[in-house]
Amino acid sequence: MSKVKNVIICGTGGQGILMASEVLCSAAWLSGFDVKKSEVHGMAQRGGSVSSHVRFGDRVNSVLVEKGAADLVLSLEKMEGLRWATYLSPEGKMITCDLVIEPMTVNTGSAVYPDVEKIIDDMGIPNLMIPVIDIAKELGNIRVVNIILLGAASRHLPEIPEDNWFKAIEERVPPKALEVNLEAFRRGKAL
Amino acid sequence: MRKKLNAVDSGKLFLSGNEAIARGAWENGVHFASSYPGTPSTEIMEAIGDEYPEIDAQWAPNEKVGMEVVAGASFGGARVLSTMKHVGLNVAADPFFTLSYIGATGGIVIVSADDPGVHSSQNEQDNRLMGRAAKVVILEPSDSQEAKDFTGMAYEISEKFDTPVMLRVTTRICHSKSIVEVGPRVEIPVKGYTKNIAKRVPIPANARKMHSRIEARLRVLEEWAYDSPLNRIEMGDRSIGIITSGISYQYVKDVYPEVSVLKLGMTNPLPWKLIEEFVDQVDDVMFVEEGEPYLEERIRSRLLVDGKGSELMSVEGELNPELVRKGIKDGENLPVTFKEVALPGRPPTLCAGCPHRGAFHVLSKMKASSTGDIGCYTLGLMPPYNALETVVCMGASIGVLAGIEKAVGREKMPKLVAAIGESTFVHSGITGLIDMVYNGSTGTVMIMDNSLTAMTGGQENPTTGKNLRGAPAPMLDLEKLVLACGVKHVRVVDPHDLPEMKRALQEEFDRDELGVIITRRPCIMQYKPKRKTVAVHDLEKCVHCKLCVKLGCPAISWDEEKKIPIINEMLCWPNCNLCVQVCPKDALSKDLEGVI
Repeated sequence: MSKVKNVIICGTGGQGILMASEVLCSAAWLSGFDVKKSEVHGMAQRGGSVSSHVRFGDRVNSVLVEKGAADLVLSLEKMEGLRWATYLSPEGKMITCDLVIEPMTVNTGSAVYPDVEKIIDDMGIPNLMIPVIDIAKELGNIRVVNIILLGAASRHLPEIPEDNWFKAIEERVPPKALEVNLEAFRRGKAL
Repeated sequence: MRKKLNAVDSGKLFLSGNEAIARGAWENGVHFASSYPGTPSTEIMEAIGDEYPEIDAQWAPNEKVGMEVVAGASFGGARVLSTMKHVGLNVAADPFFTLSYIGATGGIVIVSADDPGVHSSQNEQDNRLMGRAAKVVILEPSDSQEAKDFTGMAYEISEKFDTPVMLRVTTRICHSKSIVEVGPRVEIPVKGYTKNIAKRVPIPANARKMHSRIEARLRVLEEWAYDSPLNRIEMGDRSIGIITSGISYQYVKDVYPEVSVLKLGMTNPLPWKLIEEFVDQVDDVMFVEEGEPYLEERIRSRLLVDGKGSELMSVEGELNPELVRKGIKDGENLPVTFKEVALPGRPPTLCAGCPHRGAFHVLSKMKASSTGDIGCYTLGLMPPYNALETVVCMGASIGVLAGIEKAVGREKMPKLVAAIGESTFVHSGITGLIDMVYNGSTGTVMIMDNSLTAMTGGQENPTTGKNLRGAPAPMLDLEKLVLACGVKHVRVVDPHDLPEMKRALQEEFDRDELGVIITRRPCIMQYKPKRKTVAVHDLEKCVHCKLCVKLGCPAISWDEEKKIPIINEMLCWPNCNLCVQVCPKDALSKDLEGVI
């Protein structure tokens, strides 16, 4: 039996995390894998930290990724990935969007937004920082950030053929936004 | 509106536990469902509303009414469903316990969605204890497929054994998705109503007989459960035998696939013969369960077996694979390559444009505060408002306010108001208000009417003018209702009109009589503005006072270098100008013309 792949997608409420994890799950399912995902609704939607655990393989039991077993941590916000870095396996990788969303604790001056690059360097976390804002602006649509991130992640998930990613995106986005989303995926994958 | 995905008669779907329960109800011919929203249960009713028109589904004012209406529909021979969060069952406990005595004419399934880990609740009670106390059957699915299948079996059990069945799920079942094999709907005729006083009127003479019938029912069910597919033994390494149920089973299978497992899908009554057989076949027994040591205490005390469980893991919070790995076999956890990093917290906040922000901003400015209630506005406790001091349960803000006044006197705390949303007020605040009138309380009640049950994702309620499926419904008139309770001073204020909000509160604080302020402005989820408009910042006029930042609006952050606010264009809500109002130098402006 092949090893189960463990992916954590994180960020803040309203960033499109749940949509990104739906696309990943669809793509994995289309590729013939058993798939499970878990996330928490409710309070988290009001701008708090949000995360989604996705696991796929021949057979998946637990819906949660075990600490120390994550193959990928994908972060839609610059700092949020660091909350989950401790879940990475020794071979795991992190991919981070350079988009900063200051939490209320920083807005109101009770905390300082950290120097994320420095922490990543100091800890030696294998990380790819993606200039998502620049790419999204070039594409003319800020809402495709999550698909750019999935494109970058796809290079580390070779068991999912590209076609299945495209089909999964097609299932989830309205027809008029399809082309820009597919382009976003390609741009992410080219990074 | 959710996307309609599930309109197929067969095949496989990727469903959350909640969607799977809705599907199970539909496939098994359920006729009627009535519930009050509550995380993590809400999406069951939403899925029914969006996907399954064959089920007559409605939002009830609270869980007790929801359960009473489904009880009546069952008396009339319909298959019925009522869903609620764990604490919702406390509200519905009165009909729940007696419905167990009365039994089910049409099948009754009550979903209790528990929230271990307290993701979005006020406690983490384990409702298996409630189900056992009520002497109903409890089923615990461990993934979405089982959530659907067990729902179907629950209706069979309910009608065969004349009992309500509790489908007990947890956050990780409700909000996790997995692949589910689905089937078509089987239509089942409504049996119709037959008068049966001995069955449905528990006066003492009847209730005694009903109780003895329940005890017999539990004995029969216990035997029936021995070879039911709900429970199964998976024999492996016999040195350890793990007894488990629900989501915990999945963690065990992932972390230690080689051990022997007794997976219990039915956890009340317990299949004692099967449990004894399992215990006899293994060297050491262990219990892996989330929440209370429910199985552990029952099984250890009856069979007098040694067995470890709760002391190795925890009765607090959620289980996870790490806890299970460490708990069983005193195992080592997987190596952690990167230690945890201390980061600024990211607590949930009121949305940009939220109507509640105006009310809490004014309360905070007036150095007033509130007894709180359950909804988005509970976030009024957070900085920068710090304007909410107590929360007990749905509706409690009003009773608690009256009680504080009893203990210390209004004159000592004239600026304390009860803050309660309109949906929560209808749920269980009305009786508290009647108590205040009846017993002469003089405090101020603020009904925060955003015309939506918002915290659970945006559901209709009796004040919104729409029903569960969005069709027009009679609209409850809150002003008339409050007046009818005997309150003399009622007024409606727009919470984003800051001077008016302040004036209203000051008048109530100064008056030694009970008053109700209805702060009325729709939740931002309620409408799509016609035009986008963003607050504009004039650098010339800014005096860098940060008053706008202190609104706690997610759309306003502070540039420490330039000492100016930055308005996030994506988040800035068109129909809101709170920052414009608080700016003392007119450095912020906004064109609201034609936004709505």
